[in-house]
Amino acid sequence: MITLVKRPTPSQFWAYATPVLAVLATMVAGGILFAALGKDPIAAIKVIFYDPLFGPNAAYFRGQLLVKAGPLILIAAGLAVGFRAGIWNIGAEGQYIMGALAGASVALAAYPAESHWLFPAMVVAGALGGWLWGMIPALLKTAFGTSEILVSLMLVYVAQNFLAYAAFGPLKNPEGYGFPGSRNLQQYPSAHNPELIAGTGMHWGVVAALMAVIATYILMQRHIAGYRIRVAGEAPRAARFAGVVPAKLVMFCLGLSGAFAGLAGLFEVAGPNGQITDSFNAGYGFTAIIVAFLGRLNAIGILLAGLLMALTYIGGDMAQLMLGLPTAAIQVFQGMLLFFLLGFDLLTQYRLRLGRARA
Amino acid sequence: MSETLLRIEGLTKAYPGVVANDGVGFQIRPGEVHALLGENGAGKSTLVKMIYGLVKPDAGTMQFQGAPYTPPEPRAARAAGVAMVFQHFSLFEALSVAENVALGMENPPSMRTLSARIRDISSAYGLPLDPTRTVGDLSAGERQRVEIIRCLLQDPKLLIMDEPTSVLTPQEVEILFGTLRKLAAEGTAILYISHKLEEIRALCDGATILRGGKVVASCTPREKSARELAELMVGGEFAATDRAGRKTGAKIFEVTHLNLAPMSAFGPALKDLSFKLAAGEVLGIGGVAGNGQEELIATLSGERPSAAGTVSLHGQDISDLGPNDRRRLGLLAAPEERLGHAAVPNLSLTENAILTGTVRRPLTRNGFLNMGAAKRFAEEIIAGFDVRTPGPQVAARALSGGNLQKFVIGREVLQAPEVLVVNQPTWGVDAAAAAAIRQSLLDLAAKGAAVIVISQDLDELMEISDRFCALNEGRLSAPRPTEGLSMEEIGLMLGGAHGMQEAAV
Repeated sequence: MITLVKRPTPSQFWAYATPVLAVLATMVAGGILFAALGKDPIAAIKVIFYDPLFGPNAAYFRGQLLVKAGPLILIAAGLAVGFRAGIWNIGAEGQYIMGALAGASVALAAYPAESHWLFPAMVVAGALGGWLWGMIPALLKTAFGTSEILVSLMLVYVAQNFLAYAAFGPLKNPEGYGFPGSRNLQQYPSAHNPELIAGTGMHWGVVAALMAVIATYILMQRHIAGYRIRVAGEAPRAARFAGVVPAKLVMFCLGLSGAFAGLAGLFEVAGPNGQITDSFNAGYGFTAIIVAFLGRLNAIGILLAGLLMALTYIGGDMAQLMLGLPTAAIQVFQGMLLFFLLGFDLLTQYRLRLGRARA
Repeated sequence: MSETLLRIEGLTKAYPGVVANDGVGFQIRPGEVHALLGENGAGKSTLVKMIYGLVKPDAGTMQFQGAPYTPPEPRAARAAGVAMVFQHFSLFEALSVAENVALGMENPPSMRTLSARIRDISSAYGLPLDPTRTVGDLSAGERQRVEIIRCLLQDPKLLIMDEPTSVLTPQEVEILFGTLRKLAAEGTAILYISHKLEEIRALCDGATILRGGKVVASCTPREKSARELAELMVGGEFAATDRAGRKTGAKIFEVTHLNLAPMSAFGPALKDLSFKLAAGEVLGIGGVAGNGQEELIATLSGERPSAAGTVSLHGQDISDLGPNDRRRLGLLAAPEERLGHAAVPNLSLTENAILTGTVRRPLTRNGFLNMGAAKRFAEEIIAGFDVRTPGPQVAARALSGGNLQKFVIGREVLQAPEVLVVNQPTWGVDAAAAAAIRQSLLDLAAKGAAVIVISQDLDELMEISDRFCALNEGRLSAPRPTEGLSMEEIGLMLGGAHGMQEAAV
C-alpha cells in the first residue's frame, strides 16, 4: 500500500518538477487515448507539441502562439492574484466580453475620426468595462455575503446576452448588408491593434500580458499588498489580525482580475478578432482559470502555462485537421493536463511512502 | 485473580523521526489512581492511545486482568472495560445531554430510560447534570461531566482521563476529584494524565513519569514535593520566575462599558466590561475558554471594532481603529490560536515575522518588503526567545507548539509594545518554555509596558499578575490584587461550580 506523509515544509524541488511531470504524464495518457481511437499516438503527440513550433508550417503557427497565449496570460495573471487570496472569480469570460464591448463602443462612437488618442481611450474603456463587471460580484459579496463564484459565473451569461444584443443592435455595422456584427476595427487605423512585428503575432495585448506578468510578480513577491493577499488565502483569521480588511481585499481582487480580463477582450476585438459578433468570445476567460492553476498561481508559471496551453490549442486544432481526431478527444487531452497537474501537486505537500499502512 | 489490572511491558512506538514511546512499562492495580506525568511531547498521549486501541504499538506487551490485551480498535478496548475521557470533547452542541450520550452507544435504550440512568449515575457520583439540557448551553465543566457519565455507563474497570482539569474552576476540580475518589474506592482504576503537580499530589496513589518517550521515574506523588516532581519531569533545575523590580506608573489603557455581540451561534457576548491598566502592570484575566476570551482579544487587538469611547490608550479613543493603527500607537496582541491566527502555517518564519511587524519595524520601504530586514527580525526573535528551529526559512507549521508560541510572543515583545494583550500564552507549551514566556512578559512589564494576560491556568496568573479578574459568560469581575487572594475566592470569581444548583441530590 502507498501512504501519504505530510512534509513539514513544502518541497521546493517538487514545486518545479510537478508541471514537467504533469506534461509528461499527459503525453503518456493522451497517447493511450489516441491509440485507443486508432490513431498513431506518437504522431498525434508530435502534431500537437512539435509541429506547431518546428513543423513545416511552423512560421504561421508560431505567430498564432502569441495571439492565443496573450489573452490567456493576461486574464490568468489577474485571476491568480484573486485565487491566491481565496477569492474565486470564475466569470472572467464575462468581464472579457464587457471589456471588448466597452472598448469597441468607444471606437465605434468615434468612427470615422482618426486620432492618436482613440486607442488609449479604448484601452481605458476596456479595462473599465471589465472592472465594472467584476465589481458587481464584489459589491454583492461585501454587502450581502453572496458567493462570488456563482455571481461572477452567472454574469457571464448576462454578458453574452449583452454581446448578442450589441452585435444585432446598437453596434451593428450600418454598412454590413444586414449581417450581424460591428464594423471591423482592423479597417479603422486609429482603433486597430495591429501586429507590431510582422509574423510574430506580437500585438499590444501580448505586451500588456507581459507587463501584467511582471507587475503581478512584483506585487505578489515583493509588495506588502501581495503578502497580505497570500496571507488572506492561507489563513483568513491571520490576515484580519495583520490588518487586512476583507471587503477591500474582495474589491481589489475582483476589480483587478476584471480589469485584466476586460483589457484582454479589448485587445482581442481591436486586433486579431476585429469585430463584435455574437460569437466573439472563444472561452479564453474559462481556459485562463486552467492556465492560472497550471502556472501554480505564480506569474512566471502563468507565462509558461499560457504558452503551453496555446500550444495544445493550436496543436489540437492541427490534430483534428490532419489526423481527424474528434474535438472531444482534444478536450479530454487538455483536461488531463489540469488533472495530472493538480494530482501531482500533492507531492509538494506530501511524501509518498511505500509499504504497509500503519494505524 | 491477579493483583494487577493492567500490566504494560516494553511498549514501543516510533513515528517517522521520533520515538514516541521507548520500552515503556508500568502497572496499575484495581482501585488505584495512577498518574501519568510528563511534559508535552513526552509520549503520554501515544501511550494512552495504545491502551485505548487508537494506536498499535510496534513492540511490547499489555496484559489486562491477567490476559493478553491487544485492542485493535477503541470498541474492543471499551468491551474489555477501558474507557477514556479525552481532553477535547466530542459533543454535538445542538443536541441534548441524553442525545449526545445515546450517540456514543451501540444499542441505546429509550430516551426515558437513558435519562433516568444518567440521573442515577449523576447523583451517585456527585456529578450534577440535567440530561435534557442542550450541550451548547453547558460550561466546559458540565460538558466534561457528559463525557465522564458516557464512560461510567459502560461500567469501566479502567478509566483514562486526559488532562481533565485544564478547563475547570477550582470548585469543579473538587467535585471531579470527589467523583474519582469514589470510583477508586469502588475498585475502578484511574489513569490520570496531567502536568499539574499539586493535583497529582492530592489525588494519585502512584505515578509514572515520562520524559522523551521513556519512563524516567516511578514514585508515590505524596512523598515528593511539587518541585521534585517538576524536576523529574523536566530533567533538570527549574527556574522560578522573577517578578522583582517592577513599578506601576500612570494609567495608560482603559476599557469602559464595552459590549460586543457574539461572534458565533453559541459564542458569548461581552457584557459591560470595564477596567483600567497602568504602565508596568500585569493584569491577569482568568476563566475557562469560551467565556468571551476570544471576543475580548479580538476587540482589544482591533480585529473587531467596538462602540466609540469603549477602548482608549493614553486617553485617545481607539475603539474604531484597525489592528495596524493600534500597533502604531503601541497596542500589540498575541491571540491564542497559533496556527492560522497568530501565525500562518504554510509561510516561513521570516514571512510570519512580517505579519505583525511592519508597523513598528522597518520591514518595508514604500510598501515593498525588505526581506533582508524581515529575516534579521525573525533571527532576532529566534535567538532572543530560544526558538528551536533550523532557521527562519522553515514553515511555521513545522515548529512544535511551544516553539511557535515562543516565536509569536517574541515577535510582539521585541516590538516594544506599550500595551500587550496575550491569550493563553502557555497553552500546550512545555514547562521550560512556559517559564521563559512568563519571564519575558514580566520583563516587558518591568520596562514599563502594561500587560494583559488572558489564561485558563490559574497558577500562571497567580505567578505573574499584579491584579486578577475573571471573565465568565462574557462578564468581567472587578480586578483584585493577587496578593492574598485565596483559591476559594478565585473560584467564586470564576462563577464557582457550574450547575451546582441543579444537583438535586
